Amino acid sequence: MARAATTTDAFNAVAEPRRREILDLLAAGERSVGDIVERLGLTQPQTSKHLRVLREVGLVDVREHGRQRLYRLDGRPLKPIHDWVQTYAEEWDDRFDALDAVLEQIKGKERGDDSNDAQR
Amino acid sequence: MTHSGKATVTLPSDTEILITREFDAPAALVYEALTTPELVKRWWAGKRGQVDEVEIDLRVGGAWRYVMTATGGFGVAFHGEYRELVTGERIVSTEVFEDPDGQWKADPDFYAVNTHTLTEADGRTTLEVLVEHTKPEHRDGHINSGMEEGMQEAYDALEEVAKSLA
Repeated sequence: MARAATTTDAFNAVAEPRRREILDLLAAGERSVGDIVERLGLTQPQTSKHLRVLREVGLVDVREHGRQRLYRLDGRPLKPIHDWVQTYAEEWDDRFDALDAVLEQIKGKERGDDSNDAQR
Repeated sequence: MTHSGKATVTLPSDTEILITREFDAPAALVYEALTTPELVKRWWAGKRGQVDEVEIDLRVGGAWRYVMTATGGFGVAFHGEYRELVTGERIVSTEVFEDPDGQWKADPDFYAVNTHTLTEADGRTTLEVLVEHTKPEHRDGHINSGMEEGMQEAYDALEEVAKSLA
C-alpha cells in the first residue's frame, strides 16, 4: 500500500517537525501568521505552506479578524494518533500488571514464605 | 501505592518505541521474572491470551522463543537471540515476530532490538524497554491496529496536545 499523501493524513502532516512546532504554539491559543513567523523564526512563505498542509488535514482552522487571519488548533484529527499510542500502552499495562503479581509472589518466596505455590 | 500503575509509552524516533514502568520490587527479582521461563509464562501475554511455551537460553548468543495463544484462539510466536546480558541490570536481545504470512522469512530486516534497562532505587525498580525497529514501517506495524499506512511519527508533544483537547 502506498503511503498516504501529506495533505490527506494527519500522521504525515505532523511528521514534519516545523508543523509540530506550529501545532504546539497554536495549542496555547489563536495566532496570526505574523505571530507564528516571529515566534518560530520561519519565513512567511514557509509558514503559509505549513499552515496550508495543516488546514487540509483539518488540524487548523482560520478565521478573518479585521485585517488579520487568525489560526487555531483543532485537535480532533490527532485522536487516531493518540489512540494508536494508547492501544499499545494498554497492552503493556496489562502485561506489567501481570508481572506485578509475579513479583509479589517471588518476593514472598524470597522472605521464606512458602505458603504460596510459586512455580520456579 | 504498592503498584506503580501505568506504563508510559513514548516514540523517541521514527523507528523506536520506549516503554517505561516502575515496579515495587528489587532489580534482581525483576530480572528474574524477565528471564525465567516459568515466570515469563505467567505475565508476558498480559490479557491478550496465554503463553504456551517459553524457551530461554540465557547467554550471549543464546536463543529465546515464546509461543502464545491469543484470545480468539490463534497462535503467535516470537523468537530472538540475546546480544548482551548484565544480571540485574540489562538485557539486549533481538525479537522477530513469526508472522504467519511469512514476512519474517522473506525480509531479513524484519526484527527489532529490545534493550531492557533496570534501575533500582529504594527497593523499587524502573524498567525501560527500548524497542528499535530496523524500518519505520515495522514499528508502525508493531502497533498497527487497523490504521492505514503512513503513520511514521507520533510524538509525545502531540499526544499531550490531543489529550488536552479530548
